[in-house]
Amino acid sequence: MNPSDFTHSAYIAGLCGGLLIGIAAAMFVLLNGRIAGISGILAGLIQADKGDKLWRVLFLLGLAASPFVYRFAFDMPTVTIEAGTGQLVIAGLLVGLGTSYASGCTSGHGVCGISRGSIRSIAATLTFMTAGFITVYLTHHLIGL
Amino acid sequence: MLNLNAFLVGLLFGLGLIISGMTDPSKVIGFLDLAGTWDPSLAFVMGGAILVGAGAFTVAKKRQRSLLGEPMQLSSATELDKGLLIGSLVFGIGWGLSGFCPGPAVVSAAAGQPKALVFVVSMLAGMALFGMIERRGK
Repeated sequence: MNPSDFTHSAYIAGLCGGLLIGIAAAMFVLLNGRIAGISGILAGLIQADKGDKLWRVLFLLGLAASPFVYRFAFDMPTVTIEAGTGQLVIAGLLVGLGTSYASGCTSGHGVCGISRGSIRSIAATLTFMTAGFITVYLTHHLIGL
Repeated sequence: MLNLNAFLVGLLFGLGLIISGMTDPSKVIGFLDLAGTWDPSLAFVMGGAILVGAGAFTVAKKRQRSLLGEPMQLSSATELDKGLLIGSLVFGIGWGLSGFCPGPAVVSAAAGQPKALVFVVSMLAGMALFGMIERRGK
C-alpha cells in the first residue's frame, strides 16, 4: 500500500488492525489485569524486579513472532524507512526518554488510557500527536530533511 | 495461563499493527503530514482499538481482580505533571522524526529491518538512561 493510495482498503485495513489491537488490549486487562503498553513493558524489562520479567519477555516474543505468523497467510507489506541512521538514533533516544518520562506511548496512553477515560492519557495523546504533526511539518515543509 | 495469554496478546497486537499499516514509517509520516498529502487512514486504527477497548476497560474498572484472579493494575493518577507533558512532547518529536513508535519498531526489527533495529536499540538506551537519571535523583 502506497501512502498516497487513499483507497477504501487502507481504511478497512486500518479499522481491522485497530479492532485486533483493541481485542488484544481487552484480553490483557480482563485476564491479566494489565495495560498493554509497549513502552512500559519494554522499560520494565530493563528496570523491573526479576519475578516481574517472564510475562514481559513472553509478550515481546509474541510481538516479535507476529511478522512470521503474518507471512504464513500474506506477503509482508512493503516498508519504507525514510530516516537515515543518525536520525533514527536520535529519534530512538527521544522516544525512549520521552515515553519513560510520560509513562506511556501510543499503546499505553493512546489506546488503553483513552479507552478507560484517563485524563492523563488524553493529555499525553494530544501532546505527542501535536508534537508529531509539528515535527513532520518542520522536517518535510520547512527544512526538507 | 497468564504467561500464555501475555504471548497471545503480544502476537495479536503485532498482527494488528501489521494489518493496520502502522509498521510502515512512511505511512505514519503520511498520517502526521497535515500540510502534505495527508493520509487519515491511521486514525481508524486508534478508533477501532478504542471501540473495543472502551467496553473492556469499562468492565475492568469495576473489578478489583481480573478474570484469572490477578490484581487489576490500573493507574489512579490524575495529575497533568511536567513529566507527562514534556515526556509526551519529546516522544512526539522522535515519532515524527522517524515514523516509529515503540510497538511497530519492535515488530519491524523482528521482521528483519536493520534500520528498525537501530531505532529499537537506541530507544532501549533512552529507557536505560532514564533509569540512571532517576536513580541519581534519589
